[in-house]
Amino acid sequence: MSSAILHDAAVHGVEHHDAHHGEHHHTETFISKYVFSLDHKTISKQFLVTGIIWAIVGGLFSVIFRLQLGYPESTFPWLEDLLGHWAKGGKLQPEFYYALVTMHGTILVFFVLTAGLSGTFSNFLIPLQIGARDMASPLLNCMSYWFFFLASIIMAASLFVQTGPASGGWTIYPPLSALGDASSGSKIGMDLWLVSMAMFIVSSLLGGLNYITTVLNMRTKGMSMTRMPLTIWAFFFTAVLGVLSFPVLLSGAILLLFDRNLGTSFFLSDIVIAGKILPNEGGSAILFQHLFWFLGHPEVYIILLPAMGMSSEILSINSRKPIFGYMAMVGSMFAITVLAFLVWAHHMFVTGLNPFLGAVFVLLTLLIAIPSAIKVFNWLTTLWRANIRFTPAMMFAIGFVSLFISGGLTGIFLGNSSLDIHLHDTYFVIAHFHIVMGVASFFGMFAGVYHWFPKMFGRYLNNTLAYIHFWVTIVGAYCIFWPMHYEGFAGMPRRYYDYSNWESFKMFGGLNEFISFVSLIVFAAQLLFVMNFFYSIWKGRKVTTLNPWNANTLEWTTPIRPGHGNWPGEIPEVHRWAYDYAREGKNGEDFIPQDVPVGEEEEKH
Amino acid sequence: MKELFIVAIIAMVFVVIFQIAKASEYVSVLKGEDLARKQSNKINGFLLIVFLIVGLIGVWVCNEWFFKKTLFPQGSASVEGEKIDSMLYLTIAVTGIIFFITQILLFWFSFKYQEAQGKKAHFFAHSTKLELIWTTIPAIALTVLVAFGLMHWFKITGDPPSNAITVEITGHQFGWEVRYPGKDGILGKKDYKLYNSPTGNTLGVDFNDVNSNDDLHTTEMHLIKGTPVKLVINAQDVIHNVGLSHFRLKMDAVPGIPTTMWFTPKYTTAEMKVRTGNPNFVYEISCDQMCGSGHFSMRGVIVVEDEADYKKWIASQKPEYFTLFPAKDPTKTSVDTTVKLAVNTISVKK
Repeated sequence: MSSAILHDAAVHGVEHHDAHHGEHHHTETFISKYVFSLDHKTISKQFLVTGIIWAIVGGLFSVIFRLQLGYPESTFPWLEDLLGHWAKGGKLQPEFYYALVTMHGTILVFFVLTAGLSGTFSNFLIPLQIGARDMASPLLNCMSYWFFFLASIIMAASLFVQTGPASGGWTIYPPLSALGDASSGSKIGMDLWLVSMAMFIVSSLLGGLNYITTVLNMRTKGMSMTRMPLTIWAFFFTAVLGVLSFPVLLSGAILLLFDRNLGTSFFLSDIVIAGKILPNEGGSAILFQHLFWFLGHPEVYIILLPAMGMSSEILSINSRKPIFGYMAMVGSMFAITVLAFLVWAHHMFVTGLNPFLGAVFVLLTLLIAIPSAIKVFNWLTTLWRANIRFTPAMMFAIGFVSLFISGGLTGIFLGNSSLDIHLHDTYFVIAHFHIVMGVASFFGMFAGVYHWFPKMFGRYLNNTLAYIHFWVTIVGAYCIFWPMHYEGFAGMPRRYYDYSNWESFKMFGGLNEFISFVSLIVFAAQLLFVMNFFYSIWKGRKVTTLNPWNANTLEWTTPIRPGHGNWPGEIPEVHRWAYDYAREGKNGEDFIPQDVPVGEEEEKH
Repeated sequence: MKELFIVAIIAMVFVVIFQIAKASEYVSVLKGEDLARKQSNKINGFLLIVFLIVGLIGVWVCNEWFFKKTLFPQGSASVEGEKIDSMLYLTIAVTGIIFFITQILLFWFSFKYQEAQGKKAHFFAHSTKLELIWTTIPAIALTVLVAFGLMHWFKITGDPPSNAITVEITGHQFGWEVRYPGKDGILGKKDYKLYNSPTGNTLGVDFNDVNSNDDLHTTEMHLIKGTPVKLVINAQDVIHNVGLSHFRLKMDAVPGIPTTMWFTPKYTTAEMKVRTGNPNFVYEISCDQMCGSGHFSMRGVIVVEDEADYKKWIASQKPEYFTLFPAKDPTKTSVDTTVKLAVNTISVKK
């Protein structure tokens, strides 16, 4: 059946490739081409642009609440112009501070680093790199984006309701998130958050099922699973994680909606709030945390795996060397995927969970460090005796490895329950997950954007801006998050609006000011990237060669601006793995693309 | 006006950077892209090694500045926390070694193996031996960390010693309430439905339970140096967390599910003032679980003192039962009886 589809699509692709190269006269309207497009490449750009817009919003939120943390004594009159009564007299109000913190987390974790990252690159690269005309179901793919769009609209709307958006932290633990009396953000804002997330989960499932189906069924001739680039393996495992874990969050969200609006008691028991004795009995607030983290932890890897895959690919291409230990890389990603489901309770060591259960989770959690270590050593060995080209993508890939090491090692502290007792919910945690999941994944994403931008838009990004972007971001990220470990060692709790009344935590005023100042600069550098991005789509230097990075994978065998269907003629057949670099190619090149048949004297891979 | 000015300046800076970047792109096209790439390759390779060196110095400077502000120099204020501190040092040592080795290799390789004229990368795709080495070494290191970690974990989460005193702490938006079991050593029963703010029964204590009649309800927590204490932790509205950073402990307070935690204070508050060199030192209870808009202000105070001082303090506290039902207070009996007598005499006169 799949070959029939392939054949059909091939005919389709040929039909649509007419004489005008790069300007396909489809019988399509603007709406069907750019809005409700079925082309995976257009859908991926939709995800990317939406992700960028959300990243600006989410980043801006962090700048605003960092102003409060860095300059708690100051007032900023322009904040009142921007936020109205939420910043009365130019001073951010605590309710809104918490709303900003919550929205910053929600937006960046879900809308940017899940939809924006895996939505963009899974969509863009899976068909191109496995040699398929499009996704298994272009329609579901299109719906996946539009459900994400709907989720975005609802979440954006929640920012403007009178009682404010959700403000109980991105983890929305009940009872705080269940009771409007507990926090103004737990009124209508929380309902909107839950509905938006439900839409988001639908989007993610539609996308994920599509990615899995496509990878399993639509690989071109010769593209066995073990010849797939590591990017595809990463997107595949990411999709598996998402499909198996997001439904659990959906169930949690729905039960929470019931508790909020229908008087059920799934998560509520023994509560007196605002002087009122609530009738709810027998629920468990901890149950929600299990449901949340059963997604929440795999979510970390949903964010991280695509960044790992893309960095592996980019490191290998620009080292002009095969990725070291391909099978070990696939194996370690598989191990991470399996273990990701078995470690969620390490977020709950201090909830009063059974110590024996805690011990099991310590063991499983620290096991994840082994595949992670294997990956790091393999990346390092890939660089060893290489011939490295520092393209902007390569810089970000190297930065990714550095950040992954720094942030990954602190995970060994937090995964060990006895240390977690002290470090839990302090700035140490903030430093840890921002470095390893936030900044590292962003670096993977930037690496991907810089590397595949020529394929997406047929133009290059400006290199000078790219290098400025890289250096400001990596130096800034370390300046922001490295000192936070020390605040964590001092026991400084996260999610505090003001520390000045605390004898134990008020000695970090100067440091907080420094961090806030650096975060402003880093945010500005990101805006530089955004300018570069949009400017280069229309005005960037044009790509003139089919394969600008001398890469092996199939996407570089398509025309510079591929139409719907990707290849104008036959889909190329694959004869070798994706990493034949440092080999003697034809014309003395140092690489042999995947579609080149294996020569007589060559040993097979 | 000032803001507008700042925005204008920032926009100008952006435009200038942007123009310079555009110009450098034209220059590189004129120069020949290959040559431009090689030049930028050299610059970035050099910057990577500079970043490594400056970064390592930065790590050292950061430690010089901030280590003294952490809790390490003053040591753990609880006996159990010492284990956590030693565990922290061990983990810092193990991860620190890996950190320095891998980061140095990463940037050193990047610098050393940058593209050079006529050079070709070495084809080296896999080595089972190497993979085995770097699977085994982390596995051994982690086994050690897990073993020590779990040993401490089971000690800390295990049963408290038999001489431990029991204190109950209850969190609500945004403060802490403390209850002592009184002379009988048993906390009276509670039922959240008995909560009654007007009468003052804000903890929902069941005063029909005899055990509750000698319980003390305070806002400050007093503990004895050297005597283990078991905290029984409750929450009335949302999830809170009893964060005791000086004792290296924390535990969630969950509505409907009481939790416990125990520890042995090592230093009195007065001693800590000397140890930290801070005359204003207090043991603070910080709420470490996001609980609403006043989360950052949910502060409690613990006073650790000698047994004698503690006994004096306990003796000065009056059981809540007697505060809420003054009629039952034996120390007030004289007053009460006079009232009753007066009532009696009135009725007699009638």
